[in-house]
Amino acid sequence: MTKVFERPKALTDKPFHYCPGCTHGIIHCLVAEVIDELGIREKTIGVAPVGCAVFAYEYFNCDMHEAAHGRAPAVATGIKRVHPDNVVFTYQGDGDLASIGIAEIVHAANRGEKITTIFVNNAIYGMTGGQMAPTSLLGQVTTTSPYGRNPDTEGHPIRVSEMLATVEGAAFIERVSVHDIKNINRAKRAIKKAFQVQLEGKGFAMVEVLSTCPTNWGMTPVESLKWIEENMIPYYPLGIKKEVD
Amino acid sequence: MAKVLMKGNEAIAEAAIQAGCRYFFGYPITPQNEIPAYMAKMLPKVGGCFIQAESEISAINMVYGAAGAGARVMTSSSSPGISLKQEGISYIVGAELPCLIVNIVRGGPGLGGIQPAQSDYFQAVKGGGHGDYHMVVLAPASIQEMVDLVMDGFDIADRYRNPVMVLGDGMLGQMMEPVEFKERDIVLPEKPWATTGNKDGEPRRIINSLFIDAQALEDHVHKLYRKYDEMKKNETRVECYNCENAEIIIVAYGTTARIAKNVIQMAAKEGINLGLIRPITLWPFPDDTIDRWAEADHTKAFLTLEMSMGQMVEDVRLSVNGKKPVYFYGRTGGMVPTPRAVLEEIKKIREVM
Repeated sequence: MTKVFERPKALTDKPFHYCPGCTHGIIHCLVAEVIDELGIREKTIGVAPVGCAVFAYEYFNCDMHEAAHGRAPAVATGIKRVHPDNVVFTYQGDGDLASIGIAEIVHAANRGEKITTIFVNNAIYGMTGGQMAPTSLLGQVTTTSPYGRNPDTEGHPIRVSEMLATVEGAAFIERVSVHDIKNINRAKRAIKKAFQVQLEGKGFAMVEVLSTCPTNWGMTPVESLKWIEENMIPYYPLGIKKEVD
Repeated sequence: MAKVLMKGNEAIAEAAIQAGCRYFFGYPITPQNEIPAYMAKMLPKVGGCFIQAESEISAINMVYGAAGAGARVMTSSSSPGISLKQEGISYIVGAELPCLIVNIVRGGPGLGGIQPAQSDYFQAVKGGGHGDYHMVVLAPASIQEMVDLVMDGFDIADRYRNPVMVLGDGMLGQMMEPVEFKERDIVLPEKPWATTGNKDGEPRRIINSLFIDAQALEDHVHKLYRKYDEMKKNETRVECYNCENAEIIIVAYGTTARIAKNVIQMAAKEGINLGLIRPITLWPFPDDTIDRWAEADHTKAFLTLEMSMGQMVEDVRLSVNGKKPVYFYGRTGGMVPTPRAVLEEIKKIREVM
């Protein structure tokens, strides 16, 4: 019998705690596959966020730090400066990276920290029960925008990738999605590139991954995938935002 | 080694480098700016790394990362900046990471002022950040002692895998005194728990302060408290000066302890016998020593002297435990008590004794 698929070595055998239909699991798997394919598991150090992926240190089979809310890029900076030959990545959600940790991500990028950031954008706070995120879409109903996000009072959803693309120290910025197979494959290529950029010492690299939250969006998993395609992608266009040769 | 004349802040930085510290993450704030400036100049020359972070919050989280990765690392700041670091300090304690944190205290609350103060005592010794925790707090009273305590502080941090704070003030940071950098063997301990990359077949290293199961968290906190018991046993430091036969004992640390020594000399000329208990560690607090002097028949009262509205005085009262009256004199907001004013206070106490 031919084995056609197996768990990546860079994932532990701990079952994910993620909700049914949440795409964190797919994104974890892509990151782990990339680590395996690049043969860097033994020198990779990851930083987990606060939010749904807070337990990422139990899933990624490498040395890990768990950071305070939003501070993963600062923690990664400390690690990378001590171990410049190791591969350091952060895995952060939209509340963590785009709200409380916006200063940390901008300045880590601006210093050109040779780290890789996986930014999972599902337009909502998941772990705390569905509050408005900086990335929540206009009109989106959440527990803290119960009448829908109003730009006059809550501002507009923030496009982090476009913003970081203006920062000199950023070497590679791409936005991808995981709502179908074609896009999952593209996402994997982008994540691989973001690790290669670090290995080549080019500077800061980030992949923003549009992701689902069926539980807090109040949708089925299938409806959620469709919601990414029909509502998120028009506002958050996919593609490479910055690439330095 | 010969003595050199150095400013307090620069002496702290030089002591840290001589103690093997190679990583410094900080943010500008008066009156401690000479520390990051010295580090920025000197660390690259010894293969180290200095980063001026985007905030104190980022700086302490860089410390968290570097300490978890196994480095001998420090940060410094002054009162408002130390407030911003409290979340990070709590995480560092929770994750059991060693590092040195220097607070060159200025007056508060709020933006306060930039003159010397001792009004961060509560924050330093009672927690400051959230959760059940402590750290060793070292309170130097001279620049020489600052140098020695910085060097010791890194070793204490490593011994217990817990942050250590050096609590100075704007006076100690800004003044110049001759100091000697004593030769010492720098032995950096093995850190098998540090994240360096997980070799096949070896256990993973995880730097973490999250224990979602309540029993697991209680077990973890109990483990931390067993360390604190060890610290109390092994790390408490105190200086007793002229306490034999003293009728009133002044309790003071850092800059105010120096003032107290002047008061003791002035009082002696007037036939008043005073002593000084100077806690060198503010946590663990030298309560046994204070209790012992409280038991002595010749001790009629204590006067706690602080550049605050009275913070350490609470620990002095707990230590004396009602055995003798405990008085307080303090100036705050950057005002420094004069020896004459303290002596007047002593005389008032003698009148009611």
